Amino acid sequence: MYTDKVLDHFTNPRNVGEIEDASGVGEVGNMKCGDIMKMYLKINDESNVIEDVTFKTFGCGAAIATSSMSTEMIKGKSIDEALSLTNKAIADALDGLPPVKMHCSVLAEEALKAALLDYQKKSGKNLGLNDDDFEDWDAE
Amino acid sequence: MRSIYLDHAATTPVREEVIEAMVKVLRENYGNPSSIHQFGRPSRKLIEEAREKVAKAINADPREIIFVGSGTEADNLAILGSARANKKKGNHLITTSVEHHAVLDAFKALEKEGFEVTYLPVDGEGRISVADFKNALRDNTILVSVMHANNEVGTIMPVEEIGAICREKKILFHVDAVQAVGKIPVDVTQINCDFLALSGHKIYGPKGIGVLYMRRGVRTQPLYHGGGQERKLRPGTENVPNIVGLGVAIELAVAEMETESPRLAKLRDKLIDGVLSTIPETRLNGPREGRLPHNANISIVYVEGEALLLTCDMKGMSCSSGSACTSGSLDPSHVLMAMGLSHTIAHGSLRLSLGHSTTEDDIDYIIRELKPIADRLRAMSPVWENFQKGLPIA
Ligand SMILES: Cc1ncc(COP(=O)(O)O)c(C=O)c1O
Ligand code: FES
Repeated sequence: MYTDKVLDHFTNPRNVGEIEDASGVGEVGNMKCGDIMKMYLKINDESNVIEDVTFKTFGCGAAIATSSMSTEMIKGKSIDEALSLTNKAIADALDGLPPVKMHCSVLAEEALKAALLDYQKKSGKNLGLNDDDFEDWDAE
Repeated sequence: MRSIYLDHAATTPVREEVIEAMVKVLRENYGNPSSIHQFGRPSRKLIEEAREKVAKAINADPREIIFVGSGTEADNLAILGSARANKKKGNHLITTSVEHHAVLDAFKALEKEGFEVTYLPVDGEGRISVADFKNALRDNTILVSVMHANNEVGTIMPVEEIGAICREKKILFHVDAVQAVGKIPVDVTQINCDFLALSGHKIYGPKGIGVLYMRRGVRTQPLYHGGGQERKLRPGTENVPNIVGLGVAIELAVAEMETESPRLAKLRDKLIDGVLSTIPETRLNGPREGRLPHNANISIVYVEGEALLLTCDMKGMSCSSGSACTSGSLDPSHVLMAMGLSHTIAHGSLRLSLGHSTTEDDIDYIIRELKPIADRLRAMSPVWENFQKGLPIA
């Protein structure tokens, strides 16, 4: 049911871990549904470039693979580029996900946005993110 | 690489003796069992021989054996059929909260038809209490359904005690023995049940064949209508190869039980002890005693079951999990939830079910390989991180 790319990212996840002095940290999901994703960003305040990104995920194979893929897709990219990353793009980069697993890719997008929101608060920059952006995301 | 099948509770490989018997029937006995000519008669004879084998295996009379299309169908025929056939006598039904969906969803359907259903709770090991059962009984209770043994955690239920009470009160009693047959003794006269369901593919027989035992004198309604096969309770031309295969399978399973079940229980205990002692923060789900001999259900806490099972599979160990991510819904297994397990524990559950092919060497391999798998997934788990830092889990 999983593509080779999903299995590759699941077996050899990129950028696992924490960043001690992260510029922004986002954690989404909950234990009830059995998926929690935490993303750490290191952002260059001058250039607005994401210099480093890591994650930790409690979740299924798709959750781990989408976390891994999303970190790869935004590493070295600008904040604006990261903001435009969608769960669909992450899933596509993995050559697709089974329909029941699309919500796991939503989680990856959310974790990234949550980390950027945290950065927005800490840096005082306005990235156009709001707390309530996270309320009714759906597995589209 | 190794390839160890550890999902015998899901299904079993078809054993050679069964394949041989079935192929012979497929090739030679195409006659319709209802035809009285020379092509039909041998097919009829094969069915009746298989019926005798099944009857003998559960200490029933051959006339009490009805071949149906699956364990699921046997459960539905017993539950839907008998509740509908006896609805004038009352509309209260009792079952447990940890039944297989074949039973639970049949009761859900009956609720929509106006029946009231009590779902008995279970303790932390997945067992119902006889006291709870007695308290649930009402004057208008007409049917009780309790599984012989649970498919996820292997817990054996007190079906004989329940059966004695039902018989005394003249309440119909159905037992889902799909997981129990061939693993522990199943005797319909000891259990005092009116119905009992079993399935071919859990006992090294074919898929898509089941049996409903129905005690003489008991009434039920067919689920659908057509020819007169199986005493009109299961119309449709009989699946002769599958029926023959089930007959061979159950005869062998029961004959070998005396040696095979203790062997499996020993391996199971070694597996449980080995995993619990080598990996920290693990727990056994279900009881130590009073458990199916081939079932080990272990939670590796702070990792998620699907990730666990995928990694196990890559290392050649194929098993299953009760986590939400494997269920296709957003909830973990209803059995683990009914046992009162936290979401964290339920999500990390792994069911390893052993069988004929399992060797001691396999068990050593599993114990050895599971630890690095748990370590790897925990290293990327934010929940494990919180646990280690003494922070709230989520
Ligand atoms: C306890 C129990 N009841 C019923 C069934 C359904 O049997 P079948 O797969 O033959 O429909 C199963 C097997 O999945 C089971 O484990
Ligand atoms: S994290 Fe639960 S299904 Fe993906």
